[in-house]
Amino acid sequence: MFLIPCPFCGQRNEEEFVSGGEARRRPDDPASLDDAAWADHLFNRDNTKGVVREWWWHARGCRLWFMVERDTLNQAISPAEKPP
Amino acid sequence: MRNALSYHERWSEAWRSPEPKPGYDVVIIGGGGHGLATAYHLARDHGIGNVAVLEKGWLGGGNTGRNTVTVRSNYLRDPSIRFFERSRRLYEDLSATLNFNVMFSRRGQIDLIQTWAKWRDVRRRSLSMALVDAEYTIITPGEIVRRVPLVELDPKARLPILGGAWHPGAGIARHDAVAWGYARAADAAGVDIIQNCEVTGIRRAGGRVTGVETTRGTIMAPRISVAVAGHASVVAAMAGLRLPIETVPLQAFVSAPLKPVLDVVLNCPALHVYLAQTDKGELIIGGGADGYTSYAQRGSIHVIEQSVAALIDLMPRLGRVAMLRQWAGMIDLAWDTSPIISTTPVGGLFVDVGWGSGGFKAIPASGEAFAQLIATGEPPELIRPFGLDRFLRGRPVLETAGASNRE
Repeated sequence: MFLIPCPFCGQRNEEEFVSGGEARRRPDDPASLDDAAWADHLFNRDNTKGVVREWWWHARGCRLWFMVERDTLNQAISPAEKPP
Repeated sequence: MRNALSYHERWSEAWRSPEPKPGYDVVIIGGGGHGLATAYHLARDHGIGNVAVLEKGWLGGGNTGRNTVTVRSNYLRDPSIRFFERSRRLYEDLSATLNFNVMFSRRGQIDLIQTWAKWRDVRRRSLSMALVDAEYTIITPGEIVRRVPLVELDPKARLPILGGAWHPGAGIARHDAVAWGYARAADAAGVDIIQNCEVTGIRRAGGRVTGVETTRGTIMAPRISVAVAGHASVVAAMAGLRLPIETVPLQAFVSAPLKPVLDVVLNCPALHVYLAQTDKGELIIGGGADGYTSYAQRGSIHVIEQSVAALIDLMPRLGRVAMLRQWAGMIDLAWDTSPIISTTPVGGLFVDVGWGSGGFKAIPASGEAFAQLIATGEPPELIRPFGLDRFLRGRPVLETAGASNRE
């Protein structure tokens, strides 16, 4: 159990949130990708052991999305960023 | 007998602890059930005995020692049913095959049906499973209570028990014994089992693997097989490979030993809890997976609370039972929650990863099939659907039968 700093609501219990997975940049021009590059974007993950930048959704709160940096070894979380 | 009467101090070692040689024909990363079974089958079926199994800790100390020991084949998709039924049948004879008592107890499993959607799902699965002669039949609530008196039927419950699905082939085995049995058999066939040897890098030249860097020096090998759970992405990254895998915690807990109260595996998919009673008398209880990626080998307490609440809902008499231990295993999950046993874009690198919550039951069939893949370079029919290329080709094996699946 850990707290997640929602940039809109402040520190809240993990149970209020849904993890959105690691932050990935959508390819600038998806139409130009071949199947392998598109499959890599869709399915493959870095699945980092250590600090990851990831999406969270405050589903049982303000219902907004934001990003944090979290250490997957000890769940230490940096202050959140509002989405651009 | 003589050793039992001498304070257990004179047992000989069941396997050697050799120094690593400079090179092998095949190096297997991961000394859990999968790695050891693969080494055993490489030596026994394919005559490749110049094999090293590298284990960063002790044998079976990873997910092989952290699972809930259930062996079953009541899956959804045809390839999964075929594969897990093959594995389940190998378990039935495993003690004789390895000459090591793995304490497989074919006690059957009851899946509780608490929604009409689940009823249809069970009906579909029972027909799919009948194609490979695996039995999965619907039983009445009265029959469930007759077989498991702990269960209390509450007609006013939010999810009343409508029936059950009886899977007579399912059972449990002793997890350590499976690792030890394969280790002893592989060692006898000439395989070097090297413990306390963590792989820190994978050497490559010209698009092919050439060896591994370890905490006990460099070991060269033209074929490297990754049979790692909970760290598949980390090891694959050493070879520059990205996998469609996320690592999440899956928690389990064990009660104080009780008199015999439960002689089947009881699974409640709607409320995310399943349990069995070990020969020692402990109830071994598994729940759902945590909802975020983690390598911490522990999960959040509210996930356990959910499992315990479900347990007491179904079996109120367990409310006063003390829980002894609680832990988490890190499970590697592909997004279709099916395993990956495959060649890779890196020459000479093979992966047997992504077993999610179902790795233990897969050990015998996975060892057999993965060994054939490594020896011949061609996947046997049994594992062809589980290749890494299934994502690229749009042929995922979407599975719903794992403990990590949400209904």
